[in-house]
Amino acid sequence: MRLENKVALITGGTSGIGEAVAELFAREGAKVAITGRNESRGHAVTARILEAGGCAIFLRTDVRKAAECRRAVDETLRSFTRLDILFNNAGVFFPQTALECTEEEWDLQIDINLKGTFLMSKYALTPMIVQGSGVIINNSSGWGLVGGDKAVAYCASKGGVVLLTKAMAIDHGRQGIRVNCICPGDVDTPMLPEDARLRGLDWKTYLAGCENRPLGRIGTVDEIAKAVLFLASDDSSFMTGTALVVDGGGTAD
Amino acid sequence: MPLQEKLAGRLSGKVAVITGAASGIGRATALLFSGEGASIIMADVDADAGKRVADEIIQSGGRAFFAASDVTSAADCGRVVEHAIRDFGRIDILFNNAGIIRRATVLDLAEADWDRVMAVNVKSIYLLSREVIPHMQKAGGGTIINTASGWGLTGGAKAAVYCASKGAVVLLTKAMAIDHGPQNIRVNCICPGDNDTGMLRDEAQQLGEDSGRFFAESAKRPLGRVGKPEEIAQAALYLAGDASSFVTGTALVVDGGGLAGSI
Repeated sequence: MRLENKVALITGGTSGIGEAVAELFAREGAKVAITGRNESRGHAVTARILEAGGCAIFLRTDVRKAAECRRAVDETLRSFTRLDILFNNAGVFFPQTALECTEEEWDLQIDINLKGTFLMSKYALTPMIVQGSGVIINNSSGWGLVGGDKAVAYCASKGGVVLLTKAMAIDHGRQGIRVNCICPGDVDTPMLPEDARLRGLDWKTYLAGCENRPLGRIGTVDEIAKAVLFLASDDSSFMTGTALVVDGGGTAD
Repeated sequence: MPLQEKLAGRLSGKVAVITGAASGIGRATALLFSGEGASIIMADVDADAGKRVADEIIQSGGRAFFAASDVTSAADCGRVVEHAIRDFGRIDILFNNAGIIRRATVLDLAEADWDRVMAVNVKSIYLLSREVIPHMQKAGGGTIINTASGWGLTGGAKAAVYCASKGAVVLLTKAMAIDHGPQNIRVNCICPGDNDTGMLRDEAQQLGEDSGRFFAESAKRPLGRVGKPEEIAQAALYLAGDASSFVTGTALVVDGGGLAGSI
């Protein structure tokens, strides 16, 4: 097991990539704390992990709120006594041009995707620095590296995540903390059909567009989870401040 | 390694061709891949060192063959692949790792050195890939990993041809990923930062610098140290195995934060 005796805190752990990472980390021996805003989904994920013999807790958290982020870190430490891995994964997406995006929608995407990453890292770093080790992985996006259509706030937030990752890597490398991000391409999460619906496209047409990449298919959440595992484990011990692209070649051209 | 552990390896049953396998990153990768259950065909110009690594693998219960070869020669590349197919029947992984460095500005660089660096660092990837890809296509897929460099993404002083060659490797990687993705062949590159290898000592010598001071300077990055070849090998393992099944056309930076920005 590659994460034996490790403690991981995963935001947005109640569905999609976060859920897959929680289950994979638990199988690899980590104790996992997952956060989310939907209580029943959160308890369903922890129940499945416990049933499989793993160790997990759910912490209802809105990552836009500093006090709730601090509480999530404190509760994780109270339950598991340490914190080795933080996966900042919580994210939302609305397909909009600058003309269509309201100020509220702008704030929501920037606050969850980017400010939430800052707040959770801020509180998680303290125990990691005391331990002298820790790993932070942020969920950015292919659209944190290149622009996309109708995605102004999302692109801005994810571009921000890439550079926040690099800045934190520089600040905390000497304290034994590695900070990296992943940049997934389209993956089989609930975010995808929701995006199709909001864009008013039928699923088949939308999916065909997503599959138009060198590997000719969309990714699975398990494939993203394995990238996160690589960055969380000692296998990536000389990696920090980098963006790992997992997109079936979507940004190769 | 006991047989049972070998069966559970992350590359069990796979066949890997590794160039520049006699030393540094290539050697560390050959040892790691073998430990994970792969059969290894090792290519290098250094026959003595190459044979020693192959013996080390065989003595620890692995399968390896060393082919003394110059990967800038099309004929040699053909022979390496022919040998791999004859001995192991397939090639799942190609690690194009052979590389050299010349530390000079364009003014100080001899044409012969330009040609040599481009041949070893870039043309070898083309020559070997065109031999290997047809076998991967027949088998339904494969994975190619190229060693680029942090200096394939950003410039460095007195390293004109090295930067040119490694920049070429990054974009050759992406171009090949686009061409061969539909055939389920993934192509990625690794961009290592300074590593504790013979190449780094060679660089100090080329620049006429004290190697202790040169290493201390190289350690100035967020993690505060140079890398170990074993750490680059772990990155190659991630790209070689099924854990990276949705990763292609990308440059994996493994540099202790060297490229994250100015410290």
